[in-house]
Amino acid sequence: MKDFLLLFRGGLQFQTASPDEIQQHMLVWKDWMDQLSKEGRVTGGERLTGEGATIRGEQRQVTDGPFAEGKEVLGGYFSIKAHNLQDAIQVAMGCPIYRHQGSTEVREVVAM
Amino acid sequence: MQEETPPIGPEPGSGQLHRLADHLFRHEWGKMVAVLTRTFGTENLELAEDVVQDTFLAAFQVWVQQGIPANPQAWLYRVARNKALNRIRHNRFSSQHDFSNPARPLPSHGPALHTFPEEPWEPHRVSDDMLRMMFACCHPGLPEEQQVTLILKTLCGFSTAEIARAFFCPEDTVSKRLYRGKAFFREHRIRPEIPGPGELQQRLEAVLHSVYLLFNEGYNSGQPDRLIRTDLMEEALLLGRLLTAHPETAQPATFALLALLCYQYSRSQSRLGADGNIILLDQQDRSQWNHEWIAAGNEYMNRAAVGNTVSAYHLQAAIAFEHCSAPDFAQTNWTGIVRYYRWLCRLSPSPVFELHMAVAVLHAEGTAAALRILEQMDAPKKMDSYYLYHSLLGEINQRDGRHEAARQHFEKALALTGSEAEKKMLRAKMERLCF
Repeated sequence: MKDFLLLFRGGLQFQTASPDEIQQHMLVWKDWMDQLSKEGRVTGGERLTGEGATIRGEQRQVTDGPFAEGKEVLGGYFSIKAHNLQDAIQVAMGCPIYRHQGSTEVREVVAM
Repeated sequence: MQEETPPIGPEPGSGQLHRLADHLFRHEWGKMVAVLTRTFGTENLELAEDVVQDTFLAAFQVWVQQGIPANPQAWLYRVARNKALNRIRHNRFSSQHDFSNPARPLPSHGPALHTFPEEPWEPHRVSDDMLRMMFACCHPGLPEEQQVTLILKTLCGFSTAEIARAFFCPEDTVSKRLYRGKAFFREHRIRPEIPGPGELQQRLEAVLHSVYLLFNEGYNSGQPDRLIRTDLMEEALLLGRLLTAHPETAQPATFALLALLCYQYSRSQSRLGADGNIILLDQQDRSQWNHEWIAAGNEYMNRAAVGNTVSAYHLQAAIAFEHCSAPDFAQTNWTGIVRYYRWLCRLSPSPVFELHMAVAVLHAEGTAAALRILEQMDAPKKMDSYYLYHSLLGEINQRDGRHEAARQHFEKALALTGSEAEKKMLRAKMERLCF
């Protein structure tokens, strides 16, 4: 088994989402998370707040906030176990983020 | 400690077995915003909403990873309280302060920590704060659409988009209404409170009227989505029950309104066909009428039958009761209904009530009598722009065999209504006309 990261971007906009939408979305994410845990797939995962900073270039210029903007902002990640990229993609297909126009980037971790 | 009267009738929307109650977040939104608004003031309504929104975001983040807590409500309340206290501690709220209000401490750092209640979520306090919020939202200085929009947003936990969908209007319109409503709160320093004895009757009338309007948005609207319409009716019922549970607002008119809403709700599912078309009363499947809700309506009617004032709601409920208790259309007590309508029109004159009376007269006494009612109406010019006026004239003319006149009136009615369901129904009536 190899290690992969699933990087989540976009999805439900929490600032304007209704309580109903948040509740429903939470249940769907929880169901997916539970299923992955049952399969022993998940090795980690975190959600990221919207705040932070980005430092760029030799000048080490610091700008407020994440690297990207809007829908491109990285919201969180899961680390999972999968046989290969195709397998990892299959896992990522189950993510609820797409119903709210979000995206999942699937990246393999370099094996040491 | 006042005894809390158990709610009458089944809980709306309680049918499903879930790890979380349906609309839990939405209902807790209303409670938390009400309690926080009482502490922060209506001028800081957005702050209260922010705190609650943040709380739900936190719930999303934590519960997905750690599971749903055993007591979700307590979790939400704890987190909301901490976030609110945090805001107070760091002085992060509006700089506007009402110096004239002796209940508010002088700002050194704004609302002091000690003014935040120890037990903010104690059920009686929550109900009390929600009632106060209702009176604030129904302030006489606010136009009706703003009142209902504010109620849906702050008390019922609908988002701007959801309100727009429910009312079938642009999101922009809803945003503007909310913006203006909140501006009104700020400018006039409206405090959420239950009005004193001098003002209570009048203010309560406005609150009842808002609940009635909200219910009708679900019952009568052109909105084709059955789920949304049921949602609106259920929210109105919940707010109505809140009013019946508080001694100051538990008045005969309040119970009468609840009776009316229960009767209408009991029949609501059979009014709309699967494809959103209207099923007329004479064709509705009465076995679909929910008898638990009719029973609840009866209980409210009994509680409404005190004192010596009869409100418009009493009469409308009585009429609804006649429909609910008729085993079929043919056995409807139309004469009784006509009598109630006459009373209603004297008590609360309105063209809509008069038109409904004319419909009842049509069934009780025939076309000639109905025509007489229509001819005796004040302001016939005004009637001319009512869809129902022409729909009824179309019906009368059709029954009397005057098909061309009927067709013309149906055409007029078609042009006057925006509702797809009503248009369908009118076209069906026109098709049945033969030449």
